Amino acid sequence: MTDLRVNGREYQVDVPPDMPLLWVLRDVLGLTGTKFGCGIAQCGACTVHINGTPVRSCVMPASAVDGREVTTIEGVGRTEAGAKVQQAWLAVDVVQCGYCQPGQIMSATALVRENPNPTDDDIDAAMSGNLCRCATYVRIRAAVKQAATGALQARQVIPIQPAGAGAKR
Amino acid sequence: MSPASEQRVGQAVRDPQEQVQPLNGGRRAALMAGAGLTIGFFWPGAAKRAHALVNPHLQPGDAAAALADGNPAYAPNAFVRIGLDGSVRLVMPMAEMGQGVYTGSAMLLAEELGVDLDQVQAQHAPPSDELYGMKLLGGQITGGSTSTRSTYTELRQAGAVARTRLVQAAALRWRVDAAACTAVRGAVHHAPSGRQLKFGELALAAAKLPDPKDVRLKPASELRLIGRPMERVDSLEKVKGAAQFGIDVRLPGMKIATVRACPTIGGTLARVNDARARQVKGVVDILRIGNAVAVVADHYWAAKTGLEALEIEWHRGPNSALSTEALFAGLNKAQTSGKSIVAKEQGRRPEGAFVTSTYKMPMLAHATMEPLNATVHFHGGVCEIWAGSQVPVRAVQSAAKLAGLPREKVLLHNQYLGGGFGRRLENDYIDQAVLLAKQVRYPLKVVWSREEDIKHDIVRPPYHDVISAAVDSAGWPHWFGDRICSPSVLGRWMPAGMRADGLDGDAVESAVELPYAIPNFKVEWVPYELPPAMAVGWWRGVGPLHNLFVVESFFDELAHRARKDPVEYRRKLLERNERSRAVLDLAAHRIGWGGRLPARVGRGVAVGQPFGSHICAIVEVEVTPLGEVLLRKAVVAVDCGVAVNVGSIEAQLQGGLLFGLSAALFSQVTLKNGEIQQSNFNDYRVLRLNETPSVDVHIVPSDAEPGGIGELGTAIAAPALTNAIFAATGVRLRELPVNSRALVADPALLKKVGAADLSPDLPSDMSSGLSPAGWPRGMRGKQQGGSA
Repeated sequence: MTDLRVNGREYQVDVPPDMPLLWVLRDVLGLTGTKFGCGIAQCGACTVHINGTPVRSCVMPASAVDGREVTTIEGVGRTEAGAKVQQAWLAVDVVQCGYCQPGQIMSATALVRENPNPTDDDIDAAMSGNLCRCATYVRIRAAVKQAATGALQARQVIPIQPAGAGAKR
Repeated sequence: MSPASEQRVGQAVRDPQEQVQPLNGGRRAALMAGAGLTIGFFWPGAAKRAHALVNPHLQPGDAAAALADGNPAYAPNAFVRIGLDGSVRLVMPMAEMGQGVYTGSAMLLAEELGVDLDQVQAQHAPPSDELYGMKLLGGQITGGSTSTRSTYTELRQAGAVARTRLVQAAALRWRVDAAACTAVRGAVHHAPSGRQLKFGELALAAAKLPDPKDVRLKPASELRLIGRPMERVDSLEKVKGAAQFGIDVRLPGMKIATVRACPTIGGTLARVNDARARQVKGVVDILRIGNAVAVVADHYWAAKTGLEALEIEWHRGPNSALSTEALFAGLNKAQTSGKSIVAKEQGRRPEGAFVTSTYKMPMLAHATMEPLNATVHFHGGVCEIWAGSQVPVRAVQSAAKLAGLPREKVLLHNQYLGGGFGRRLENDYIDQAVLLAKQVRYPLKVVWSREEDIKHDIVRPPYHDVISAAVDSAGWPHWFGDRICSPSVLGRWMPAGMRADGLDGDAVESAVELPYAIPNFKVEWVPYELPPAMAVGWWRGVGPLHNLFVVESFFDELAHRARKDPVEYRRKLLERNERSRAVLDLAAHRIGWGGRLPARVGRGVAVGQPFGSHICAIVEVEVTPLGEVLLRKAVVAVDCGVAVNVGSIEAQLQGGLLFGLSAALFSQVTLKNGEIQQSNFNDYRVLRLNETPSVDVHIVPSDAEPGGIGELGTAIAAPALTNAIFAATGVRLRELPVNSRALVADPALLKKVGAADLSPDLPSDMSSGLSPAGWPRGMRGKQQGGSA
């Protein structure tokens, strides 16, 4: 049995020791926000945090997590940095098909948490492991800066929720 | 679960990428002509249909559709469902694959209905050509950048129909003139008396009123949503990881399979030894079909482990010796000696200098971020399918045939698509899952590995074109010729869409209708017959993607041959094409065309008018002495008619351009021994964030009818890139993807280009042909010195 702590909840799962964390999250725990893209750590769609550090869960055996805290896209919004990143993602309207975006947001959150004013080079270093076939990269760069600094970048979209109705945001 | 409840997505309907508006009659013909995908099958597809296709009014099938969709109190047409509690659900006829159509469609409906986007919920439509088919493609098909063009007016009218009956119901209750009532934020208001009733309170009464014959659309001054940069309706759930894609479907008792099909195109399964696979913990079944084997397990990892433990023998079939080289040799032969079909010809080729060039383009994979997948459950005489599809009706038709069931016994629940790009215009992955699931009683989710996804792509066709012009002594073309050679997508995908003489309209699109004024021309297509069992498919940008690369590269060649600035040269040829000239001027102005650039840096321009829109892209690159191409910046100017959501238009042009640049820089599929050699992102390289330039998008305000947006940026990207590479290096690339070695192959040229100070040393004889060898960096002053 493998013990896992995911988004603050404890789980005990009976899975093969070499089974990547990605598939435990998706197929055993039902946390499908973390995506499968390549299976070989080339695309970043499966990015989660282990003790706050972004890792590619498609090549990370669940047994190697070893009691450390796993945070996924389902839980990252409860962290300060994660909430800021998600808010910036909405304000700049980054997503298109949206499939890679959980991974993008996890990578961005780790950057923003450590770096209050990331340069373009910092963003390149932190985000280039996350592919986006819709190529939303221009807005990703803007949203990362906005999340980190609070200064508005690029075009801001008109929010759907009217002012004051933002409870679920 | 009821189909209605599970089809719902998002909490609120919202998202666009489209634009739209009043169609003035004279432009309609032009729109059709430049419609992308639509030349081929607009007429045959749509004209033969007796039924409505996205009709704002009540249709015969509406009652049954509404009943199956939770039987809402008020369902005035196929698109609007209003409950007694005032909840508003909007049914999205087109598939959402990132292009933002849910937001655009919801904006059109909500605008006229009198609700805001926070008050509505978007939901996937069930498969139905009758209710959700669209006119340009003649069915429920999301492709060809046609969605907004095809539904702009209809969806606004559908919202207006729904609003009209609600307003009438309120006016009757209050005994006032309906004209004195307005609908805003989900309620009808009567200003003179200050009364209001919510839509939920009016739903039952409105449902009893007759379908209004004519409805009034809001004048531009009253628009609250259309034209504004609204947040996407699917943004929140996608940002939270809560959006359900096909691959995320989970059903009680569901098992998960992964599959391996014969790696050779057209090959079949011979035999499988599954003894070791069956010993893998969690493996449930081994399933076989004609050309593939699947391992079913409790989770993907066990299925994958089991699959790798299989010992499989294949019948490699008729293509076991097929290679890229053989394919292009066949194309070359067809180009040289094949019989062509003339797409369009006008006048004769005059005397004068004849210029000709040959261009080639590779096969491409789609590599959507979400690997292909489908979930199928056979139960109680029904085949139920969950999958993301650009062609839900076609998928159902095909599944019914394979399942041996009548069509009404096949239920498809469309999902968000984790990218489409044309790959999900095919239903091979759904067919396969149906054949596998048919063998078992449990719900089966079939997930392709990335390797399977790329190795079994239905690739973009290869092309081999010969393009030519007769030019006068000043270098202006008086005749244009394009002999295009390719296999046909349309001929397989929708044979009825081919012209009566066998012409594939997609293959010649954007070559037959040049934006430039050239009096005489001949555009012809030589069909190339693919090896048996090999198929080619739609790829974002479709026909225009291919032809704009060839045509806009060639016009750049002509400009340089004429010793004219590429912007000025095009400008002159666009004298009578106001809209295309305007986007050219705008882009040139915004990037500061004509300014001096550092050594090994160049800018390239490309203009086109595909998909009913007008676009100009200018790309600036640096080419290192090692031949590496660095994207420095890009500017795009677009006139796409009325804009529904300017935020989405910008997003599509940014992403679309980068998608096209990515392919032009890096991507090609090659064949060896009948197999696709690429398998994952390590060997099918795509653009990453650190390689991404700034992309500034400028939109020309317009009240013309809407043009397409989703493929526009992609289709214009490659020629802007290779023209920029020429400007930076003097090397003309006539094949894609970019060959870095070719950019530094000529030592003399390399030395000249690398010189920091570039004295103009134009070749003395410019008429010696179009060989790039003498073309130099010295051109730059001239080439970029024009004032645009």
